[in-house]
Amino acid sequence: MRPKHLQMIGFLGLVVAIQLVTRATDSAYHLTQLTMTAYYSLLVIGLCMLIGYAGQISLGHAGFFSIGGYIAAYLTTHDLSAHKGAAFVALFAKAGLLRTRPDLYGGDLLTVQPWAACLAALAVTAVVAYLVGGPVLKLRGHYLAMATLGFGIIIYRIVLGTTALGAADGISDVPGFSLLPGIEVSGNSSLRVMNYYIAWGLVAAGMVLLLNLIHSRVGRALASIHGAEDAADAMGIPTARYKLKTFVLSAVFAALAGVMLTHYNGGIGPSEASVMKSVRYVAIVAIGGMANLWGALFMSLGLNYLSLRGYFGTYDDAVFGGILIVIMLFAPDGLLRKQLLSDVRRLFAGRTAGGGA
Amino acid sequence: MNIDLFFQYIVAGLTYGTIYAVVAIGFNIIYNATGIINFAQGEFVMLGGMTAVTLHQILPLPLAILAAVIITMAVGALIEILFIRWLDRPSVLRMVIITIGISILIREASLHIWGEGVRALPYFTGSSETSIRLGGVFVSPQVLWVVGISAVMVILLNVFFTYTLPGRQMRACSANRDAARLCGINAKNMVTLSFVLSAGIGALGGSIVSPITYVQYDSGTQLAIKGFTVAILGGLGNSAAAVGAGMILGVLESFSIAVLPAAYKDVISIAILLLILFVRPSGIFGSSEAARLSEF
Repeated sequence: MRPKHLQMIGFLGLVVAIQLVTRATDSAYHLTQLTMTAYYSLLVIGLCMLIGYAGQISLGHAGFFSIGGYIAAYLTTHDLSAHKGAAFVALFAKAGLLRTRPDLYGGDLLTVQPWAACLAALAVTAVVAYLVGGPVLKLRGHYLAMATLGFGIIIYRIVLGTTALGAADGISDVPGFSLLPGIEVSGNSSLRVMNYYIAWGLVAAGMVLLLNLIHSRVGRALASIHGAEDAADAMGIPTARYKLKTFVLSAVFAALAGVMLTHYNGGIGPSEASVMKSVRYVAIVAIGGMANLWGALFMSLGLNYLSLRGYFGTYDDAVFGGILIVIMLFAPDGLLRKQLLSDVRRLFAGRTAGGGA
Repeated sequence: MNIDLFFQYIVAGLTYGTIYAVVAIGFNIIYNATGIINFAQGEFVMLGGMTAVTLHQILPLPLAILAAVIITMAVGALIEILFIRWLDRPSVLRMVIITIGISILIREASLHIWGEGVRALPYFTGSSETSIRLGGVFVSPQVLWVVGISAVMVILLNVFFTYTLPGRQMRACSANRDAARLCGINAKNMVTLSFVLSAGIGALGGSIVSPITYVQYDSGTQLAIKGFTVAILGGLGNSAAAVGAGMILGVLESFSIAVLPAAYKDVISIAILLLILFVRPSGIFGSSEAARLSEF
């Protein structure tokens, strides 16, 4: 069996083992945060692909997450009953995109199907990422960082300032998302174990996709872009196209994470779009080893879980800021990287370590 | 819109434009010395304002501001010495991430020191109701203080960079670092000095503007992104152009409120930033390479 498969089996084993431990110790409530962690991890591995493999930083991924989450939330909660006569409502209804469900007060809500909302969210995010990514990825260094940061702030300001999106309160009462009959993404505590597996199953599927991508022609092309963009260009690799595709892919990962987490939490608020969230995702990718999907995944699992359980207290953001500085000062290639062992050995052998330079 | 209201918007725009220009000059000083963008520049402004407000409880106003500026300068020096000085030719990505980390730490430290409350210095003369009538336009005396002090500051900076030895050494370093070192200039000290200077400028700006805009632990990020917009608009490294660009952005923003809800004010300025980055990253006032070598 190839090591690639062993890693994946090890990961799935860990996911199952965690669930069994929480069951044995009667602490299934941990699964709630672990499920949320899974969705954040989905975003992180997508971002890792962009930062680590395509070499392009993004300080705006919380924006893509929120675009996905907010579209799903808006479409599945916005009541279309008032527009019943309108042509587009009739058309949607005919296509099976709408459904009625009872609201809190015994009336009927006519909203968009979660499946349709999810697909719409992903499609819109992909289009936005494509339109933004085209010009943004022509930039480098500070300009790229500032442009993506600016994009993130724009999304934050829009969701915060728009009353239709709930302004500072966000959107709540988002219904569950029935993937298949009997399989539903929702915060209902009786579905906790099922949701834990749905979330991590999705992460595993994402990992399989990205790992295969890295070891394909695309992955090798990205590696060459990361190494020396001009040289890659000169070799005839369409660098701009590959960068843009990776950007769109990572944005769609973020949007999917946003959609799923919104259904799981039953709502979304503007804090999901804040700059600090974007910075946090970059911090996790950095500590995970930049070009190391497994490292990013495990760091995301650990740090997001600790953060969501509140272990960092009021120092939550400070912890991630501190991590960023320390990693970039002492190990700019990331903490979990292939040369780590040899670096440590060198350090103990009394010679100067190359990692800090 | 009648003509008086039009000029009222212009005055509001120029006030905000001044503070954006001050932040942009801070960006430019460090950029010229090191080639990096200090993402924590907005935090210097916030730190200056916060410290001045706190010190004003025990000190008279001018002394409180002076002390706040000196303290922020010390923080700037400390940051440079701790996090930047000993790095050997760091990559741009690395510096971006480090300065973002620094900005988060300053912000979080401020949150723990001062809490979430909104603070402000008192008006330097008069109160928030006092206004001076210039033609048909009402102007708060604080606006005149902000514009006046900023103008003096820009002139003093120009004198510093043109006539004093350290100022000329800094310019030599930004023109050609290696050649400057061959002439015996300690380039590393010049980088520290650039952090001290831009921290001081930011702190002074944060103090004088706080009666109008108020200051809060997280007000740095907004200022940083707008200051950066202005720095880019004027051409990175070109501080004279930054003043003009600051006014342009301030006035545009001010008029955007007349058309769009105030909640979208930031969206306008950042959209302008993105537009400039996409279309003309060297700024509207000419080539950035030339700007880098020119006078501050």
